[in-house]
Amino acid sequence: MPGGGGPPARPGWREWLDVRLGLEPLRRLAEHKEVPAHRHTFWYYWGGMTLFLFGVQVATGILLLLYYRASADEAYESVRFLMTQVSFGWLIRSIHSWSANLMIGAALIHMFSVFLLKAYRGPREVTWLSGMVLLGLALAFGFSGYLLPWNELAFFATKVGTDIVGDLPLVGRFLLRFLRGGDQITGGTLTRFFGVHVAILPAIATVILGVHLYLVQRHGMSVPPGVEAAGPARRMRFVPNFLMRDMVGWLAALGVLALLSALFPWELGVKADPYAPAPAGIRPEWYFVWMFQTLKLLPSHVGPLEGELVGILGIGAAGLVWTLAPFLDDAEGRGPRARLWSMLGALAVVYVTLMTVLSYAWGGNP
Amino acid sequence: MKRRDFLGWMTRLAGTTLGAFVLYPVLRFLVPPRIPEAVTRRVAAARKDELKPGSFKTFPFGSQPGILIRTSDGRYRAFSAVCTHLACTVQYRAADQVIWCACHNGIYDLEGRNVSGPPPRPLDRYEVHEVGGDVVVEKPKGA
Repeated sequence: MPGGGGPPARPGWREWLDVRLGLEPLRRLAEHKEVPAHRHTFWYYWGGMTLFLFGVQVATGILLLLYYRASADEAYESVRFLMTQVSFGWLIRSIHSWSANLMIGAALIHMFSVFLLKAYRGPREVTWLSGMVLLGLALAFGFSGYLLPWNELAFFATKVGTDIVGDLPLVGRFLLRFLRGGDQITGGTLTRFFGVHVAILPAIATVILGVHLYLVQRHGMSVPPGVEAAGPARRMRFVPNFLMRDMVGWLAALGVLALLSALFPWELGVKADPYAPAPAGIRPEWYFVWMFQTLKLLPSHVGPLEGELVGILGIGAAGLVWTLAPFLDDAEGRGPRARLWSMLGALAVVYVTLMTVLSYAWGGNP
Repeated sequence: MKRRDFLGWMTRLAGTTLGAFVLYPVLRFLVPPRIPEAVTRRVAAARKDELKPGSFKTFPFGSQPGILIRTSDGRYRAFSAVCTHLACTVQYRAADQVIWCACHNGIYDLEGRNVSGPPPRPLDRYEVHEVGGDVVVEKPKGA
């Protein structure tokens, strides 16, 4: 109202919220945030994709909690009830299971791309370490969640998985009892896994995820050494250019989830019977399969040590070296040491893929 | 309409449609399904020698509790044990010869009539038969 003497214009809802919540700095931050645009930008989307799928997990997990009963007598029946009686129960459970798998797949792609593009170089070492902790948490989510329907496959996968931990020297026995809540897998184990899956892991993951996202924000996206050498990279604005592309990926992921859940609804299987023999073709979730296959290929004894122990210690040592890569690789990401680490990364991708494919190709009989 | 505005509207429409597609299954999921219960008309509530005169017991009748009272003169009476006020489970007070609800001090007489306190209606009354060694409680016909 130019020149008018009427009452001052009422503020819009944005102004109303900004006065109370102080959103202006956030808006400025989003406005100024930029992402490097170059031939490897595609790989930047995988962290956001993992985060999106994690969001799907949280939402569907909370929904499943409304019907799930965490006891050996009722768990299987409650999931069966959910899948057969509750409207869209089969869909929510299938999305939860499929999204869990896709999330770990996205996290693995994210990890390998960060490794191969050497995005872990200083000052992003802690970002890498927090990411590795998050991946460990995602695997723990998968392992603990797998048991919850209390079906035959889950029961034996948990039995084998916890038994492997029991083989560790010194702490193995303690860890096995700690994980199982006793010597055997019982209803007590189920309650324990349930508590871990829905309370302990989410609490830890929230904190570590917060740290991870803060560090990504603080340091921005890393530019790979090859691109860096060619001069300063072009940049695109995060809002809306990068975010819109992110959202296209999320939309595609949602479509894939809906498709997988509708065409291949997650099965419930047969109720666990602790005294029944293990079913043929028993295998852990696909992301553990490469370790499972490695242990299978080892002879019963390597020198004075049991083959399985050698395998577990070897995988543990490899995991440790992998985690410490930012401190062992060349700080600039150039030169013979950097090339060696790139080769190690590529080898790891090939090894994990090969072992996984072999396990599925050979079925239960390598 | 400018092309930019048109695209903006189309994006909003697509977003709303997608939101509805996500929200509909979630809302349906939240509503618990109706599970038809087997209708219970008759149940053996007690053994013949179980209740002494002046005592009572509650027993499951379908998914709800029932109350079986043996009055001081030895006769049986049975009612729904669900208080008609706010659905607490009632009990028998032998000293006062009344059925009493502890939640809000509702009182019914031995015919099941609400005589004091907040209950708005009488208790549903059941028939009692002695069959063999059992005291059998049955819903009256038409109930």
